[in-house]
Amino acid sequence: MSDSQRAVLMLEDGRAFSGDAYGAGGETFGEAVFATGMTGYQETLTDPSYARQVVVQTAPHIGNTGVNDEDPESRRMWVAGYVVRDPARRTSSWRATRSLDEELREQGIVGISGLDTRALTRHLRERGAMRCGIAPLDAADGLLDRILASEQMLGADLAPAVSTLEPYTVSPAGTPRLRVAALDLGIKWRTPARMAARGIEVTVHPATATAADLLASCPDGVFFSNGPGDPATADYAVQAACGVLDSGVPLFGICFGNQVLGRALGFGTYKLRYGHRGINQPVQDRATGKVAVTSHNHGFAVDAPLVRISETPYGRVEVSHVALNDQVVEGLRLLDRPAFSVQYHPEAAPGPHDADGLFDRFVELMDRSKAAAK
Amino acid sequence: MSPAGSHRIQGVESVLVIGSGPIIIGQACEFDYSGTQACRVLRQEGLRVILVNSNPATIMTDPEVADATYIEPITPEVVRQIIDRERPDALLATLGGQTALNVAVTLADTGVLEEFGVRLLGADIEAIRAGEDRQRFKAIVDALPAELGAESARSEIAHTMEECLAVAGHLGYPLVVRPSYTLGGKGGGIAYDETQLRTIAGGGLIASRGSQVLLEESILGWKEFELELMRDRADNVVVVCSIENVDPMGVHTGDSVTVAPAMTLTDREYQRMRDVAIAIMRAVGVDAGGCNIQFAVEPSTGRLVVIEMNPRVSRSSALASKATGFPIAKISAKLALGYTLDEIPNDITRVTPAAFEPSLDYVVVKVPRFTFEKFPGADHVLTTHMKSVGEAMAIGRNFGEALNKALRSLETPAAGFWTVPDDRLPNTEPDALQALRIPHEGRIYTVERALREGASVEQVCEASGMDPWFVDQVLALLEMRNELAAASGDLDVLRAAKRAGFSDRQVAAITGVSEGQARDTRHAAGIRPVFKTVDTCAAEFAAHTPYHYSTYDEETEVQPRERPAVIVLGSGPNRIGQGIEFDYACCHAAFALSEAGYETIIVNCNPETVSTDYDTSDRLYFEPLTVEDVLEIVDAERAAGPLAGVVVQLGGQTPLGLAAALERAGVPIVGTTPDAIHLAEDRREFGKVLESVCLLAPRYGTAFSYEEARAVAAEIGYPVLVRPSYVLGGRGMEIVYDESSLEAYVSRATSASSEHPVLVDRFLDDAVEIDVDAIFDGDELYLAGVMEHIEEAGIHSGDSACALPPITLGKADLIRIRNATEDIARGVGVQGLVNVQYALQADVLYVLEANPRASRTVPFVAKATGIPVAKAAARVMLGASIAQLRTEGLLPAEGDGADMPFDSYICVKEAVLPFNRFTGVDTVLGPEMKSTGEVMGIDSGFGVAYAKSQSAAYGPLPTKGCVFVSLANRDKRAMIFPVKRLVDLGFEVIATEGTAQVLRRNGVAATVVPKHSEGLPGDAVAKILAGEIDLVINTPFGNGPRVDGYEIRSACVTSNTPCVTTMPGAAAAVQGIEALLRGELNVRSLQEWHADLEVSRNGKPSRG
Repeated sequence: MSDSQRAVLMLEDGRAFSGDAYGAGGETFGEAVFATGMTGYQETLTDPSYARQVVVQTAPHIGNTGVNDEDPESRRMWVAGYVVRDPARRTSSWRATRSLDEELREQGIVGISGLDTRALTRHLRERGAMRCGIAPLDAADGLLDRILASEQMLGADLAPAVSTLEPYTVSPAGTPRLRVAALDLGIKWRTPARMAARGIEVTVHPATATAADLLASCPDGVFFSNGPGDPATADYAVQAACGVLDSGVPLFGICFGNQVLGRALGFGTYKLRYGHRGINQPVQDRATGKVAVTSHNHGFAVDAPLVRISETPYGRVEVSHVALNDQVVEGLRLLDRPAFSVQYHPEAAPGPHDADGLFDRFVELMDRSKAAAK
Repeated sequence: MSPAGSHRIQGVESVLVIGSGPIIIGQACEFDYSGTQACRVLRQEGLRVILVNSNPATIMTDPEVADATYIEPITPEVVRQIIDRERPDALLATLGGQTALNVAVTLADTGVLEEFGVRLLGADIEAIRAGEDRQRFKAIVDALPAELGAESARSEIAHTMEECLAVAGHLGYPLVVRPSYTLGGKGGGIAYDETQLRTIAGGGLIASRGSQVLLEESILGWKEFELELMRDRADNVVVVCSIENVDPMGVHTGDSVTVAPAMTLTDREYQRMRDVAIAIMRAVGVDAGGCNIQFAVEPSTGRLVVIEMNPRVSRSSALASKATGFPIAKISAKLALGYTLDEIPNDITRVTPAAFEPSLDYVVVKVPRFTFEKFPGADHVLTTHMKSVGEAMAIGRNFGEALNKALRSLETPAAGFWTVPDDRLPNTEPDALQALRIPHEGRIYTVERALREGASVEQVCEASGMDPWFVDQVLALLEMRNELAAASGDLDVLRAAKRAGFSDRQVAAITGVSEGQARDTRHAAGIRPVFKTVDTCAAEFAAHTPYHYSTYDEETEVQPRERPAVIVLGSGPNRIGQGIEFDYACCHAAFALSEAGYETIIVNCNPETVSTDYDTSDRLYFEPLTVEDVLEIVDAERAAGPLAGVVVQLGGQTPLGLAAALERAGVPIVGTTPDAIHLAEDRREFGKVLESVCLLAPRYGTAFSYEEARAVAAEIGYPVLVRPSYVLGGRGMEIVYDESSLEAYVSRATSASSEHPVLVDRFLDDAVEIDVDAIFDGDELYLAGVMEHIEEAGIHSGDSACALPPITLGKADLIRIRNATEDIARGVGVQGLVNVQYALQADVLYVLEANPRASRTVPFVAKATGIPVAKAAARVMLGASIAQLRTEGLLPAEGDGADMPFDSYICVKEAVLPFNRFTGVDTVLGPEMKSTGEVMGIDSGFGVAYAKSQSAAYGPLPTKGCVFVSLANRDKRAMIFPVKRLVDLGFEVIATEGTAQVLRRNGVAATVVPKHSEGLPGDAVAKILAGEIDLVINTPFGNGPRVDGYEIRSACVTSNTPCVTTMPGAAAAVQGIEALLRGELNVRSLQEWHADLEVSRNGKPSRG
């Protein structure tokens, strides 16, 4: 391979890995994070929660099944950069319409391949997620300075940038039995689809929609989605959550939405050293003891006490779910109001469908709330 | 961790574990791995563990693994006796393969479990039935919610041949035939027309316990996948591993090249498969353990079809455990005790629980190992009926690397692509494509050849049914080869080739240099592998178990260490002649050296074994056993800390074959030196050693043509044992009684030439063969065991039954044997184990051969004498003296395995042969080894011990009924007494005319039946097939197939009729039948037998 096709990935602490240019050419910056899923790269690339992140895939072979039109989770790829060990030479899937390499170039995603992704992953595990840059090897002079000048993830407000600009509606087949207003902080397409499968009509609102906007059409419930960035910056979403809680309309949040609810309840959030990004994460429902294998993509977590019920401005709150690997808070449940949230992805995409039943729980909450209102 | 506290079940204090018995095709040492793990877990949990397993070569039957170890036949009757004697609270049957599961079902059906109040752990009978009964399983799959999108293949059940033909009427051909309740697809196959259907379904109806077969629409050529799942009582389910078959549907998964994780599924398809698998597991009701479920996917539409499930631990689960680091059997045992997945820690990370799904950051490839060359006449076409005898697994950071490593792990003549001239492969594109249509051994080589001949990926996919992604991966390797050939010397290309998994040998073959030169060039350029870790979690958490594999990447994970290390080289894939016995010795070395303060390191590539359990040694390298791969490990470990040496004596021929090259490269070999190994292996050198100590060997000569062979034979006298000089393990050996058969042999079996001479040995007719295992420390000899073969010399020692202590040898014989063994050990320069084979003919002791290494009989000797022979040998290899080990208590204070007390029990080892897997192969025993495994019978007298061994190997000897006798003329004299005895015991005798005449003249009434070749009705073959014969005694005469004896023996295999093919075997069988008729078959644990032995030896029990 000629030098012009060689590329370098440099971390902000100075460690560098050389590899081959992959996807679109050029230079990119972002937070280096690793994702351990062995399937679902297309969903990963199009997950808005990965905005401004350079994703390192720990699974070596990426691109084997190409790209199709059914699996994207949003209108475009969001990752800031893509790091793989062995990109596919050939696509093999009856659903594929084009190759991943083509798609990355088409969408301008800068990548690097052929490097020791395991060494990089171990480095990130030990030192924590950090900023990085990918650049052509022959244009890497001063790269570290440019990395250090790039923006930090801590304090980054990214949801408005990935969110829909205009509200839109996802309708179920047949007459809707419930209506939900969803706040798009970086929502994935499978989420409204899973609700629609239960007869819910979902109206998706831009990230900066207020509680009044969300409640204007008198929905049966409000949903707070996942999304990128530091939850500490999303005051607009926290205010919206407070408004929804005040209204008594059932609320369900996931991922970023869990952090938003946490903040609305008065808890803080903090950045995990290297986060949870994978589709094999065990989460225990503390009420039943049942373990679900779940899809995660979060670098921040809610700081709530695990052992006791907390008193909050919205009444008693318990930590309903916990990550078995590291005891991170994975879910909140209000005991006095119809609201709950989880830190992971019940819609999966990619990942196991073990947590799909949480949408049923949301339906039950809305049904109960409706019945009580009658 | 659970809010409700531990879910462990209460009220179970003792548990009976059923093992899987002898190694057979489809059920190999993976069940020793799983069973050993289970026993350890149960004991750690404070339970009294009672074990039954007839296989002495296993780690699980080591007396310290269970509280009471019954080396007894695994039959419902025997297990009932054990239950009656031990009164266990529970039974665990999901870790001993199909054998254990079938016995458990019978015990439940016959009310034994209820009678004794024994609780079944792991899976209940209903779940086992639902998973195993094809009709019920199909009903379960078809009843799944439609939105899951799963279905079963269109199929129907048939109980009779008429029903089979009717089904073929609606479904059309080809049809897949699958019998219920069998393992490894035994009795199954693909029928393309009515004739084939009659043959295959006919066999299937016999092989199946419930006498039913499933006939199914052909999904040949579809993609094939397998998921390994675990579920706990709280209904938590995890998928441990996905496996994709490179060979599509139509080839048994055990015979396929497989890869983990699945390579060609999107997340949507994978998750759908996962949802279906979990729904099936729930519906079947496996609620405290593991299962695997197989799927087929139509490549052009994604239609998902569920094939089958195994509601138990399996070969695939052993593979999945090694592939992921998730110990399925261990976790299964804990789940059986009621623990939930979240309550069980992940050993590797220590900080996370077992309730998760492993994520791999590497690729695992498994390749099957076949031994068709051992079974002339066997059908080589691969079908749904498993034919491989072993497998090798390799780990790499990409598919190409893992595939290359796996192929060179197999130890076939070709060590991966391009390493030997492949002129036996089709050399044109059309021929290669045609060959790809029929699944065969090494089809991946044919894929490469077809591509090299110019076929496109699409053409290869169309012909083979393989997924284009895999074919393209082979094409990538081919392109790499071409680049390397064009640019030899370019280090960047070399680097890229190493990243693609090319061995130095491949590089050398492609670039036209020697392997050593290729290695020197690479080392000079600093192109060296690094070692990564199998950690279950793709590096998300730190790993605490050094389970490594090599790859060409940047960062190594080998940690520095302080204590001196010993590297034990394992034995590679199972094959006939080299199997679990050698793995046993390697594991024992690791245990003993660890106890002695060394850091132990195992290198092996066989995923079925205990040695590749990360718990067995301090460090595990899952790597091919080649000079290159071992040297890189040695260098990495030398950089990590002090290295005491490398053990090559315990893993059979594989590591022994590496010894000389390793020593030349400066690697310290401990124990017997490579020079000494050469002394024993080279006939001429060994002859000199024997001469110097005045020992005799049978006369022999070497011939380069038939004329020379005739001259040699004339000089040394017939019969002679002839064999090609260039093969191992008795391949191609024959006993020849006269000149015309000698001529036929030379022209048929060999191409005698200046390069490949024929060895001609005097064959010792009617000699008693004796096998000896001993340890020599340079000064003192510890004679570990002396075994007398039941069959006469000439039958390969691995196929012969034998008894310990020897049943007819006197004290004087033993003294001669001891002295001879010591002289040979000293003369050769043994430090460690030595195995010597003797023949005693007319009171003259001949030395047949000496092997300065662990032998196949070491575990049997250890079990029979109660002494950890392999452990002691490992210590001696590292410099301990026998005197020291006697003081330590590892060896007895005085005496040895040859002076078993006068009143000692008798142990009989019997070989288990795979003839029922290879229809069309003659079952006669000879100098070429054919057995896959062994069993042991133990009792106070020979008759019962022998009867037990037969029962464990082939099913119980008959105690009444009809015996058919047909013998070679030379055996007719020896026959009279045993056959007369059978008549006295109430058997009816039928015989062919010549044999009947001899019997009648000696006062034994015998009914005459026509010979099969006479073509008359009511011949013996027809009677055997009709089930009218209970025992066959048939010794071979004439040669080759299609003679009467061959038809008789084939009929026995088909109908499962006991068949004895040697006169000593017949005499032993009669003793066994007598013992059974006396009702003496009782059970007793190994620990009790050993305690008796202690008392006899010392007058009191001494060692714990």
